[in-house]
Amino acid sequence: MKATLFKLAGVLLTVLALGGCSTLGGGAADEQSADGAAVTDAGGGEASTSGLDAGGALTMQALENPDSPVYNKVIYFDYDISEIHPDYRDTVLAHGALLAANPRTTVTIEGHCDERGSREYNIGLGERRANAVKSLLLSQGAAESQIITISYGEERPAVLGSSESGWAQNRRAVFVYY
Amino acid sequence: MKKILFALLLFLLQVPAAPALTIEITQGAEGALPIAVVPFAWDGAGAPPPAEDIAAIVRDDLQRSGRFNPMPVADMLARPSDGAQVEFRDWKALGMESLAVGQVRPNGSGGYLVRFQLFDVFKGEQLAGYNLTTTERDLRFTAHTIADLIYEKLTGQRGAFATRIAYVTSSRAAGGDTLTLKVADADGHNPQVIVTSTEPLMSPAWSPDGRSLAYVSFEKRQAAIYVQEVFTGRREKLASYSGINGAPAWSPDGRKLALTLSKDGSPDIYVLNINRKTLTRLTTHYGIDTEPAWSPDGQEIVFTSDRGGRPQIYKVPSYGGKVSRVTFEGDYNARASYAPDGGQLTLVTRQGRDYRIGLLDLASGALQVLSDGSLDESPSFAPNGSMVIYATKINGRGELAAISVDGNVKQRLALQEGDVREPVWSPYTRNRRNQ
Repeated sequence: MKATLFKLAGVLLTVLALGGCSTLGGGAADEQSADGAAVTDAGGGEASTSGLDAGGALTMQALENPDSPVYNKVIYFDYDISEIHPDYRDTVLAHGALLAANPRTTVTIEGHCDERGSREYNIGLGERRANAVKSLLLSQGAAESQIITISYGEERPAVLGSSESGWAQNRRAVFVYY
Repeated sequence: MKKILFALLLFLLQVPAAPALTIEITQGAEGALPIAVVPFAWDGAGAPPPAEDIAAIVRDDLQRSGRFNPMPVADMLARPSDGAQVEFRDWKALGMESLAVGQVRPNGSGGYLVRFQLFDVFKGEQLAGYNLTTTERDLRFTAHTIADLIYEKLTGQRGAFATRIAYVTSSRAAGGDTLTLKVADADGHNPQVIVTSTEPLMSPAWSPDGRSLAYVSFEKRQAAIYVQEVFTGRREKLASYSGINGAPAWSPDGRKLALTLSKDGSPDIYVLNINRKTLTRLTTHYGIDTEPAWSPDGQEIVFTSDRGGRPQIYKVPSYGGKVSRVTFEGDYNARASYAPDGGQLTLVTRQGRDYRIGLLDLASGALQVLSDGSLDESPSFAPNGSMVIYATKINGRGELAAISVDGNVKQRLALQEGDVREPVWSPYTRNRRNQ
């Protein structure tokens, strides 16, 4: 039952994201809904009927579909923070739904940091970021065995340079599907 | 006269290999001691002289320390190679306080005997005299040893020229970065590749005997801790648990490695007995515990933890026990390591928006900020405790810098190309290679 609910939530999410509706991305509700409760509140019926036509958002092809919420495979973090920013919560939830719907799929979550501070501490911080993503994926019905986490700390920056914008692009978690 | 001619020949034959790192003094100590190190004479009749200019290496070492002001060879009016030839009045008139002279002789096949003497110019007295046997390939090491002996005689502190540094270089290429862990002499010469990878390499740590390096490699897309013998290249994988395998640190007796593992949840400090392969967990906190470092007596381990909300330095007995907090100043202190005498820690400390190298006096708790960069990290003491080497960013490029613990002497160590980071100064070793 619970799993079904989660799947429904995933479908819902997809629909909402495709339709440009932002009730889930709207900050306040998200922050207090780490268990995904807000998703089930969004009211069910119509979502489940109109959800899956456009290329099946819960199939693996969705990863390559620019209109799918799982097309986005990088989320960003605030400085020295490992909580998932409300702006990226939908992305993570969508990946969770994808994994739940495709139990043979595995994903590696890479955690990364900006260059500031000591390297091994940043390895710890990157792992915390990857784990924050992982627990949200699990909350969507993904299985532990589907998710590998690895922290690269500040060792693999996405962009070079010591600027605020560069740092912001480097503080990230990346979904890597094989 | 003949000797001078040979010395000159020696000078002209010099074709020094380009060092991996160029070292430049950016700030010297006031009152640097004037010293003349005369080119060593070649006393080998028809045999070819050695390829290295020993006196030049000694002068460079002393100069780089910031505590000496060696006389340029061109300013020397005489080139004695033995105490009997020295006219002390002349050197005194040139403002020299100390004078070193020497000779090199063949000693068996490929071997040399290096003789040197150090004099107090004012008193006209010999302070030290040594005969050193060496080989062609250990000539630089012998020269660094002579610089160490001079440094110790004149400053009262053991020199650290005949040591090495390990560091990680990164070069950007189309297919991604190439990381290389290297070891070079403390003056940047004789670079040697330890390991190369397209995946991250980090956290090199010298074994106390200077013969092995522990490091973290992400080859096969999984962090693992390796120990590799520097001379033979033989290596062993010591930790590859799920999650983090990081921050290896050798116990002073070389039998254990402290490390960071997250296999049981969050990153915690463990101690691995290298021979028995037994693992002891030292910390159990949901925060990040990492970057362990042993006290010189092996009794305590300091580490970085954010258990109080922000990264600070804590310590724990190395056999397990109660954790206590060490740093209280500021909101970011990390990556601590002990001075060789155990009285101070060097660490990374945030000052406003800048990450700098700090020196914490353990008795008083006073924190002194040593460096002035904005992204300084990875500090490591020289084995004599005189200087701290660290990584910095200059114009967006990773470079190494070293600073004396009194803040007076500053050096910049730059690679010709690419980034360099994570310097670790070796302990004292008895000999370069042949052991």
